[in-house]
Amino acid sequence: MSGMAESTPTFNVIRKSQRRFWLVAGMALLLLVTCLSMFIGTHYISAAVTLEAIFSFDPANSDHLLVVHLRIPRTLLALVVGGALGVAGVIMQGLTRNPLADPGILGVNAGAALAVVLAIAFIGIHDMAYVMWFGLLGAAIAGAAVFVFAGVNKGVNPVRVVLAGTALSVVLLAFTHMLTINSHEMVFEQYRHWSVGAFQGRSYDVLIPAAMLITVGLVIAFCLSQALDTVSLGEDIGQALGVNPLKIWFFSALAIVILAGAATAAAGPISFVGLTAPHIARIVAGPDHKWLIPFSLLIASTLAVVADVLGRVIGYPNEISVGIMIALIGGPFFVFLVRRWKISQL
Amino acid sequence: MNSRYFLPTSNVSHVWRLGQFSISYQPLSILVAFVLLLLVAAFAIYAMTLGKLNISLLQVVDAILGVGESGVKERIILNIRLPKVLTAIFVGAALGISGAVFQSVSRNALGSPDVIGFTTGAATGAIAQIVLFEQGALEVALAAIIGGVVTAIIVYLLAVKSGVVGGYRLILTGIGIGSILSALNSLMLVKGNLDSAIMANLWLAGSLHARTWMHVYPVLIGVVLLLPIMMVLKRALAMIEMGDEMATQLGIRVERVRLSMIFFAVVLAAFATGAAGPIAFIALAAPQLVSRLRQSRALSLFSSALMGALLVLAADVLIQWLPFQASVPIGRMTGIVGGIYLIWLLTRSRQF
Repeated sequence: MSGMAESTPTFNVIRKSQRRFWLVAGMALLLLVTCLSMFIGTHYISAAVTLEAIFSFDPANSDHLLVVHLRIPRTLLALVVGGALGVAGVIMQGLTRNPLADPGILGVNAGAALAVVLAIAFIGIHDMAYVMWFGLLGAAIAGAAVFVFAGVNKGVNPVRVVLAGTALSVVLLAFTHMLTINSHEMVFEQYRHWSVGAFQGRSYDVLIPAAMLITVGLVIAFCLSQALDTVSLGEDIGQALGVNPLKIWFFSALAIVILAGAATAAAGPISFVGLTAPHIARIVAGPDHKWLIPFSLLIASTLAVVADVLGRVIGYPNEISVGIMIALIGGPFFVFLVRRWKISQL
Repeated sequence: MNSRYFLPTSNVSHVWRLGQFSISYQPLSILVAFVLLLLVAAFAIYAMTLGKLNISLLQVVDAILGVGESGVKERIILNIRLPKVLTAIFVGAALGISGAVFQSVSRNALGSPDVIGFTTGAATGAIAQIVLFEQGALEVALAAIIGGVVTAIIVYLLAVKSGVVGGYRLILTGIGIGSILSALNSLMLVKGNLDSAIMANLWLAGSLHARTWMHVYPVLIGVVLLLPIMMVLKRALAMIEMGDEMATQLGIRVERVRLSMIFFAVVLAAFATGAAGPIAFIALAAPQLVSRLRQSRALSLFSSALMGALLVLAADVLIQWLPFQASVPIGRMTGIVGGIYLIWLLTRSRQF
């Protein structure tokens, strides 16, 4: 797992002294695309009406209703879900020291998927606001199971966690797939829509609980940033520096399950952001978690919002779901970055 | 002579000398390979007794040795069940070897042909063929192979920088290209018409149904020809795991060894995908299971091949055992069998 020692020194896209400036610039960009997302949609609403809807809401006006009850929650959801996945990815990769690790590796996505299918197939639940809670429950159980299977309580070993998580994910996804094949068509139909990952049609009853959970997860993540730096030095050095690995692993896993679980439950599985946003952040800001976490948060949020907007524009009059758009936009950019710059390895 | 020479308890290297020649071997590794070989043979023969028509073990053995009375049963065994079982064995073997190579090249326990984008690319080829063109089985298999190989070449070329492909850059480039292609796959599945989408979805689950000798030969010849060559190169590849500089100092042509091993591994994965569609998780799980059984992280191609074969066979047998009428694609069953086995081994052992 140890990265090979490369002789050329690592350099980042931006200088250390400029990190603060770029962080602010990134926030400005995010604010810009967020506003854009509120003004652009498949149904044309003029900018003036949109502003009116935000500042002097009139419940009798259908355009106002559209802006306030669909576009705003949807945009905010893209913002928090993207950010949550980006931060969960940073923690996962820092913890396992594995560049292939995404938040899904803790079994979170697969657990949520199976729970959602079970809820749709056997309990007959259709409302997204309820489906979400089943997703969250599934994510939590799967995360805890991986923790136990990997024997984290007996001593932390990143490779075991990664393998146990992947194995459990494969098993759970296989059961999910078999359930969808062997049950009523409508179950598959519903699951298919959930499984592409979308912000379409999510309203405040999804946004508010998701945002609250993600805030808790983000707080834990920021508290962990220094501990993650020592963990990525290796377990031995970490221990020598007086870090309790079990404690770090527990809180990290908790943060990942909350962040990735809430994101997946709210928007369905979106894999690309959690995997690549941390790598992009590492190219931009270097390996220090204090900077890595906010940069990854910004990059992932921006990517999610931009992808959501472009999915509406390109797919017009239909939509291309955000899970697909994110990878189509982010993929080439990511390959370019990897080729152009040296990445500080995990 | 000490008794530990007969009862291997840990994987200690032993050396066997004859004059100036010497061979180093690990008793536990040999034991693991031997047991796996026996299990593959046993499962293969047992799998051939399963099916709509009842055929006893003896009749199977007789038919294979060519001494049984010729009749319907013999024809069923030789023309239907034997090709299917052989497809399972060699597809599993090819994937096991391929996974072992990629785990070594990428120095990552999650390594598999997917690292270089092969699996996703193969799916792109097959889905494009099904959704955009016609749906003949041969055309789909060919499209899958072409898609996978072209993707692998693109990823490799993008990852090469001044003649060197770092393991790390290879992984990241593979992630990038892989996610673009998998987005394209979803797009084609969502936007294509429903019948094509269902056909494509079936292909994606992998299949051992109605495999004939035409399916067996390419993957069989691939494994039989490439495995010995790869076993020769194995030592060099294992050295490269220590780091490119170290291996170069030891006199290994790092880039040449790595490129040829990646090439062979992609070819094997391509043959396997052509024969049975994408079979999940074997490439990732087989080498990991072997290294846990052998209590050694050393690269093992032969045992990984056997473990891959065993997993696919076991999944196939399990599907036929299922008491209820449910359709279970082989690609999903391999995931369940391999996944549960790996979890079980992980919870039992403390090492690694």
